[in-house]
Amino acid sequence: MSEAILRLEDIALRRSGGLVLSDISLELYRDEMLTLLGPNGSGKSTLLHVIGLLRRPNHGTIYFHGQPVPWDGDLLSLRRRMATVFQQPLLLDTTVAGNVALGLRLRGVSNAEAQPRVGSWLDRLGIASLAGRSARQLSGGEAQRVSLARALVIEPEVLLLDEPFKELDTPTREALVEELKGVLQETRTTTVFVTHDRTEALRLSDRVAVLHNGHLLQTGTTEEVFNRPASHEVAAFVGVETILPGRIIAAQDGVATVEVADGRALAVASELPAGMRVLVCIRPEDVTLYADGAAGSTSAQSSARNRFPGRITQVQQRGSLYSILVDCGFPLAALVTKQSLVELNLVPGRQVEASFKATAAHVIQRGS
Amino acid sequence: MDLIWEGISQAFWLLIRGDPEVVRVTLLTLQVSGSATLLSVLIGIPLGTVLALTRFPGRSLAISLVNTGMGLPPVVVGLFVAVMLWRNGPFGFFGIMYSPLAMVIAQVVIAGPLVTGLTTAAIQQLPPMLRLQIEALGASRWQMVLLLMREAKLPLLAALIAGFGGVVSEIGASMMVGGNILGQTRVLTTATAMEVSKGNFGLAMALGIILLVVAYLVNLVFTMAQQRGRPQP
Repeated sequence: MSEAILRLEDIALRRSGGLVLSDISLELYRDEMLTLLGPNGSGKSTLLHVIGLLRRPNHGTIYFHGQPVPWDGDLLSLRRRMATVFQQPLLLDTTVAGNVALGLRLRGVSNAEAQPRVGSWLDRLGIASLAGRSARQLSGGEAQRVSLARALVIEPEVLLLDEPFKELDTPTREALVEELKGVLQETRTTTVFVTHDRTEALRLSDRVAVLHNGHLLQTGTTEEVFNRPASHEVAAFVGVETILPGRIIAAQDGVATVEVADGRALAVASELPAGMRVLVCIRPEDVTLYADGAAGSTSAQSSARNRFPGRITQVQQRGSLYSILVDCGFPLAALVTKQSLVELNLVPGRQVEASFKATAAHVIQRGS
Repeated sequence: MDLIWEGISQAFWLLIRGDPEVVRVTLLTLQVSGSATLLSVLIGIPLGTVLALTRFPGRSLAISLVNTGMGLPPVVVGLFVAVMLWRNGPFGFFGIMYSPLAMVIAQVVIAGPLVTGLTTAAIQQLPPMLRLQIEALGASRWQMVLLLMREAKLPLLAALIAGFGGVVSEIGASMMVGGNILGQTRVLTTATAMEVSKGNFGLAMALGIILLVVAYLVNLVFTMAQQRGRPQP
């Protein structure tokens, strides 16, 4: 990790008596995409406002490049190094181009200098044809593109996104998430992204911070948080799927071969081309375990494309079922009944074979 | 019906002939009510914006006082200002009782709360997150306030129109602190009332019609400015 742009230390915020945020310590590193993930009402938007220096916390310190933020001093020059996109586009009553130019005009950038920059961002987000249109005449997707362009044209050191896709319909959202991801990777913009949607978090983040009831439950890389939830609350929210980062090394007839670890490749149903970086998600209930040796006799008749020998590293009870973690050169979780647990003698250290179908794996594109 | 026709034709001739007395009364009306509206806007818009955007103890009380002030009876305002400006009153030494200035003061007391209250409402009807968005894009406090005012320009112009309408039409305060003195403090409303009491219904009708036309023309200008900025559906 490179240098921390922002560091939050022991942040607490009270509103009408109750604590909205407490004990928040968090770092934001240069060039990373950090996602604040949490259910509605977990305080993640409020935390984003604090990070954007728009709300003063009741307790704690924020360091911007190592310097404590001067809440009573020159806050504006720090705030001007960031930009926020909110859930609603919140456009002003002027043209599309006028809206996109707003941040530059507030910073005293001359019209002559602002115009080409505005034009290039309108172009990049595919809204150049709307430049002269009144901002009141846009569809939801168009308006949110304008709002994104308005933030990006500032070329902020930190971009803050407060669930910007929440109010869009699914196809519009899908298109915009992909485009935004491309833009952010290309510009290497440091981003804090607030969402309650775990798939969006998987697609857009390097690191995830899980927030619940104003507390930070876990912070770590996306794979860490999703594969090794630190607590029941985190697991309940992020789900208990196995999530493996990998790269597609071959793709044919709707089946992609994804290398997830040295010499370990999975066959998954996907139309994505070779070379793509992806996350492979496998639900534990789709993974079948065989006692070592038994698998050889059944493999000929099975339609499961993926079979890996491995060693059980952990057994955990989840309600009436058991979650078995198998080390196959990569971690893989399986969910079994008590009966299977006893019959196959599934205990830590035991050799087993794990298998799942190519269609059971869900592939999320990360980039190329 | 005869009275109405007589009034209309008399108004027409008074205007065509450019009757000096009528012209003077009309111009004074515009001067007094125009100045009062301008002062009310200069005081009311900043004050209303502060009430809308800041949080301080007693803010609700202040807003409710302003809202009550929006409905002050002009006669009561006239009485209050008259008591203040009376020769023996606290501000009697200014010697401005029965002057256009006294009328302007009374009309500011009437229009000021109107403009202030409508400004507070205009700013408060903006989306609450808009202020945060504008700040998040790097606006200073002043830039934020000016942008919010620009966003609320339609209801703010409505506040101005309401302020002017409130004072150009009132009579109680103007009569009480102005005195309806010929050539000095006579305005269209006081002149109309006087002609009615003298039984000159035709002339009163004429003055009334002139007042309506003047009020209409002024409002037409404001309304055109307001509706030009209206977003298309």
